[in-house]
Amino acid sequence: MSTARTGSRRAGGWTPWLYLAPALIVLGGLLVYPLYQLGLISFLEYTQAQVSGGEPTSFQGLANYAALFGDGQFWQVLLATVLFAAACVLGTLAVGCALALLLTRIRALPRLALMLAGLGAWATPAVTGSTVWMFLFDPDLGPVNKVLVRLGLTGFQDYSWTYGRYSAFALVLLEVVWCSFPFVMVTVYAGIRAVPGEVLEAAELDGASQWRVWRSVLAPMLRPILVVVTIQSVIWDFKVFTQIYVMTGGGGIAGQNLVLNVYAYQKAFASSQYSLGSAIGVVMLLILLAVTLGYLRLLRRQGEEL
Amino acid sequence: MRLSARIAAAATALVLAGPAVTACAPATSGAGATADAKTGTLRVWLFQEVDNAPKEKVVQQAVSAFTASHKGVKVTVDYIPVETRAPRIKAAFNDPASAPDVIEYGNTDTAGYVKDGGLADVSREFTAWQDAKDTDPAAKESVTVDGKIYGAPLFVGVRALYYRTDVFRDLGIAVPTTQAELVAAAKRIRAARPELYGLAVGGAYTYGALPFIWAAGGELAAKKDGTYTAAIDSARARQGIAAYTGLFGDDNCPAAKCARMGGNDTVTAFASGKAAMAIGGDFNHQAVEAGAVRGKYAVVPLPGLGKGEIAPAFAGGNNIGVLKSTTHRTLAVDLMKELAGKKTQRGLFDAMGFLPTYGDVRAEAAARKPYAAPFVKTLEAGAKFVPATPGWGTIDASLVLPTMFQEIVSGRKDVGAAAGAAARKMDEAFRK
Repeated sequence: MSTARTGSRRAGGWTPWLYLAPALIVLGGLLVYPLYQLGLISFLEYTQAQVSGGEPTSFQGLANYAALFGDGQFWQVLLATVLFAAACVLGTLAVGCALALLLTRIRALPRLALMLAGLGAWATPAVTGSTVWMFLFDPDLGPVNKVLVRLGLTGFQDYSWTYGRYSAFALVLLEVVWCSFPFVMVTVYAGIRAVPGEVLEAAELDGASQWRVWRSVLAPMLRPILVVVTIQSVIWDFKVFTQIYVMTGGGGIAGQNLVLNVYAYQKAFASSQYSLGSAIGVVMLLILLAVTLGYLRLLRRQGEEL
Repeated sequence: MRLSARIAAAATALVLAGPAVTACAPATSGAGATADAKTGTLRVWLFQEVDNAPKEKVVQQAVSAFTASHKGVKVTVDYIPVETRAPRIKAAFNDPASAPDVIEYGNTDTAGYVKDGGLADVSREFTAWQDAKDTDPAAKESVTVDGKIYGAPLFVGVRALYYRTDVFRDLGIAVPTTQAELVAAAKRIRAARPELYGLAVGGAYTYGALPFIWAAGGELAAKKDGTYTAAIDSARARQGIAAYTGLFGDDNCPAAKCARMGGNDTVTAFASGKAAMAIGGDFNHQAVEAGAVRGKYAVVPLPGLGKGEIAPAFAGGNNIGVLKSTTHRTLAVDLMKELAGKKTQRGLFDAMGFLPTYGDVRAEAAARKPYAAPFVKTLEAGAKFVPATPGWGTIDASLVLPTMFQEIVSGRKDVGAAAGAAARKMDEAFRK
């Protein structure tokens, strides 16, 4: 397409495109084409019967979206997902940044220990991590309840963490923060290391408190890094699947802990309504794009170039 | 010159990428095959059981008998894990080239697979088959969709009441003969032995709950003029739902723990000695035997409302079917008959405890192995089946009934509201 349009220009005009072509083709194949299919399927009636040829595929227009938006459960799940993801992002950033600061202030040996602990959590596969957390918080055999009871909190005898909606979400939140803070910690720590020592020294000589140094010196200097880790966290936490699926048994008691991704899975794969699942996927994509673009714009408006 | 060569290469790549992008419609595989080869290799997918070796042995004998009478035919059997069967079988429907010829499938999936266009209609061969004359009606219903037959039943599975003989003896409780006695016994045991669940129940244990609904005279759905309408919110069904959900609570099975349990969890609780009673299947017999309660339990049919009545059980089980895409249809149907025939079913019962689908073979089996007697009795009292429609697959997969039970036992909704919501969701699925 680009060759046709730029053909009349001088040869140099389209040489950059040719150099970009291999990368564009790969990106097009891996990103645009699946997205195109996702969008297309969301406009069709496409269930298992259509895939395996039992019934013909038919164009449904916006019917899938209408069904989705008309489903009260979708809005509940969407709200829960947004709030849950926001809490996870805040938790992850707070813990990650705090521990990154801590890393710069402790000796080599404890630093190594903290790094290893963080990397261990990071490297643990989500299914394994979730299962271990479930074991820790098991109502009958879990060590957490035993310790809490021994500390005098007898209410935790046989306490089931996954029964209540909020306690189940809180438990999953802890696990998500645990497995995603190391990325923030390591990245921010690397950023802090790159800040010139004189700047920090000057701030200290001026009598700035720890909080003040972070607020007025480090955070602004680390802004590009913080932007990246925030966007990454938003995307990850919005798309949480494994932790919810494993820890709440596929969405909790009566679906109380469903998030959008698990909901989409239930629709798309468990009940083979691929077109409805695609529609949920498209909605998720649009939300994530909007969040990311909005966030970038907000930063631009504050006068900072990334 | 070199530069233009590179440009040409890049341009070629662009052109080559073109056709790939224009292949834009989502894939749909062609339905049905026309070839019917009389030699070659037949591929079979069977389910992998927890202890699979005895099953493999029986199947191997059946396959040997088949290849001995069919010259130039090879059979390869793969055992697929039960948990991954759904995506595997769907993938097989989507890609006939790598699909098997013969599969084992759960009988609740029949209608869905037929709608997907995956299973071949074998009505003619089934009707002409000698063994099939003795197939029991519930099993036959589980391979039938709109009057056509899509496979041969392999075994049936029903659930009955497992109870701890030692606990009942110590507390001086008689074996319950009515539902009221069952509930009373469960609560008495829980009061005397707080470390035990009286009767282990699960909010996600649909097939353990259905007998309560059926015993009360309720139905999941009513069929009229070929279409189903949900009946789960009828007065009788609600009475059954109330009876089942009434078992959740600190006086029997605390909701905080039991609301999320499924069938396997309740059987595990019983097998490990944490429950005095549980609703388990004949297929759970081995797991319970391997548990801590070995020699300290017995099984009776789950009591119904009146004295001596048996609560109708769900007639679960698996079937053997032939894929529509097979290029060896005649051979595949012959192999299906061999695998689901009387001889193989007799062997599978002895090796695995799978209840035969033939009335005569089953009666003879129960005489040989007394543990099967309560299950056979339950079957003979009249087992029931879920609606034979693709909508049931959707209802099952979107957890409509577990959600209903969980809403009630967690106190979010009362029986009427939860059953009403479930009925609406079921109707929506039936309409599709």
